[in-house]
Amino acid sequence: MSKQVLANMKTNKRLRKRYRKEKLFKGSAIFALSLAAAFLVFFFYNIINQGYSALVQAQILVDVQYNEASHKSYRKAIDKSYRKIVSRGWLRTLPIYMEDHPEVMNTVRNEWVVATADVDQYLKGKSNRLKDKQKRQIDKLQEEGKVKLSFNSNFFTNGDSKMAELAGIKSALVGSIYVLIVTLLVALPIGVMTAIYLEEFAPDNRLTQVIEVNINNLAAIPSILFGLLGLAIFINFFGVPRSSALVGGLTLALMTLPVIIITTRAALRAVPHTIREAAYGLGASKWQTVWHHTLPLALPGILTGSIIGLAQAMGETAPLLIIGMMAYIPDTPTGFTEVATVLPAQIFTWAGESIRAYEERTAAAILVLLSLLLSMNSLAVWLRKRFETRW
Amino acid sequence: MNTSKINIQDLKLWYGTEQALHGINLAIADKKITAFIGPSGCGKSTLLRCMNRMNDHISSCRIEGEVTLDDKNIYAPDVDVVQLRTHVGMVFQKPNPFPKSIYENIAYAPSIHGIAKKGVEMDELVETALKKASLWTEVKDKLHQSGTALSGGQQQRLCIARTIAIKPDVILMDEPCSALDPIASAKIEELMDELKSEFTIIIVTHSMQQAARVSDNTAFFYMGNLIEFGETSSLFSQPQQQQTEDYITGRFG
Repeated sequence: MSKQVLANMKTNKRLRKRYRKEKLFKGSAIFALSLAAAFLVFFFYNIINQGYSALVQAQILVDVQYNEASHKSYRKAIDKSYRKIVSRGWLRTLPIYMEDHPEVMNTVRNEWVVATADVDQYLKGKSNRLKDKQKRQIDKLQEEGKVKLSFNSNFFTNGDSKMAELAGIKSALVGSIYVLIVTLLVALPIGVMTAIYLEEFAPDNRLTQVIEVNINNLAAIPSILFGLLGLAIFINFFGVPRSSALVGGLTLALMTLPVIIITTRAALRAVPHTIREAAYGLGASKWQTVWHHTLPLALPGILTGSIIGLAQAMGETAPLLIIGMMAYIPDTPTGFTEVATVLPAQIFTWAGESIRAYEERTAAAILVLLSLLLSMNSLAVWLRKRFETRW
Repeated sequence: MNTSKINIQDLKLWYGTEQALHGINLAIADKKITAFIGPSGCGKSTLLRCMNRMNDHISSCRIEGEVTLDDKNIYAPDVDVVQLRTHVGMVFQKPNPFPKSIYENIAYAPSIHGIAKKGVEMDELVETALKKASLWTEVKDKLHQSGTALSGGQQQRLCIARTIAIKPDVILMDEPCSALDPIASAKIEELMDELKSEFTIIIVTHSMQQAARVSDNTAFFYMGNLIEFGETSSLFSQPQQQQTEDYITGRFG
């Protein structure tokens, strides 16, 4: 081998420059990625750190008097010295409890009852509005083993409440599920059918081009405008009950439609043209070609896109502001036309509260919402893997 | 020449404003293999696709003239394109089996056209089709495996078997060997020779050797015109037109 050739095979200046560029690009990509990962870790650490304490709630062991006097005035059910530290919200429920359970009447029972939010925060070492006297009382009860932090089942079985210690996410969670069902039932069939029509059947003319451009633009419109649209169409024109899961679902369906249409069209377009030709060549009609071949092959993509669209709708808050779902709604809805709120709205409402006990509930509600969204996205991934065609 | 199966009369075709076929007149002989040759973009595939109205799916495509199959104009308004395609089957350039099992690939068309019932009747039909496409011995033990797992040549024979299963009169083949290796191509050519006793076959090919080997008649196209048409042996040995001679001797194309 001549010297000339060997010289050509060494790294020269030009090549070094190219390698440097490559390294620089790779380095910045890794830096961006680690930065994103760090933010994510910080976010989760922060939320979990704040939210996990909402899963436990202070309880106090007290003698509860079930009798006529306490039925008339629930404050009399417990000793006067406990009145400042036992949840008033819980006391209020006593008369109804007594009516439902007559067997407890005229007995005195030693029971664990819900403490006030301030006691709860004091036990968790957070700032609270307890007076020194009450703090001493709690300390004493703690020594006697009459105060404890136990699993906060109220958080999952109660709706919102003005008493922080009783506030829970049930109404918002159920509301979210109702809204999601409406959105799914409306947006998925209409969106998929529209996409199939536009992609497979519609002639390529000016009208369909205009429709296509508009659908793409709709996907990028600020979501609050969909709230205005929902208010104008569904509430004012069709008279759908305000704040209901129905109107919320319909409004979010409007918002999700463009996403579903766009992803479905992309999934249909990704099906090789040769498959359509094969079906046509064998004498399959257009509908048979779509129904037997194109659609099944596009299904994983359609499902993934739709689920991600729905997850997006589930985390949406702005349009619901306009149609009255951002409100104090303590009761769990039992139907689509009842007033309801949704998880992100509940988070927003709690985030604005001044009482500290709501802070941890806000974080805990965010955790619930996040885990719901994560499980929806994993479902999307699973479905994609499950139905993917191997070529 | 024998009785003709397909007659093409003054066929003109436009894609938008661009004319792709300039008045083609051609008679395709029954139970023979007719090859279409010519350089890329000469309109041979376009013409092939006119014969099962595959061009219907291209919205900018406009057609004038007549294509008759057994003296019936296939562009007549009362002709149903789905029915037409059960008479004129097609095999494509790239093997395109459905991503389903080998059995389902073949049973699909007969089931949508009601040619055979599910069960024994369909099993027999699948077996016959695979045997005719000389694929049976290779796949009889794995009928329920995916058709896309076969080799390229096997996939193409599966596509031929799929077409045979609807018992067409004519099989159109659009460069069926262009994606295959020489051995797989040889098998397809062998197969075509066996099939011509039952079917009229039209093949578009880029390989002049292939046209010379398999076809009875050959048509040479250039720039959307039919330049020369005749028996393969005479067209390749004594071309009448200068352009044909230039093409087959490799001076262009």
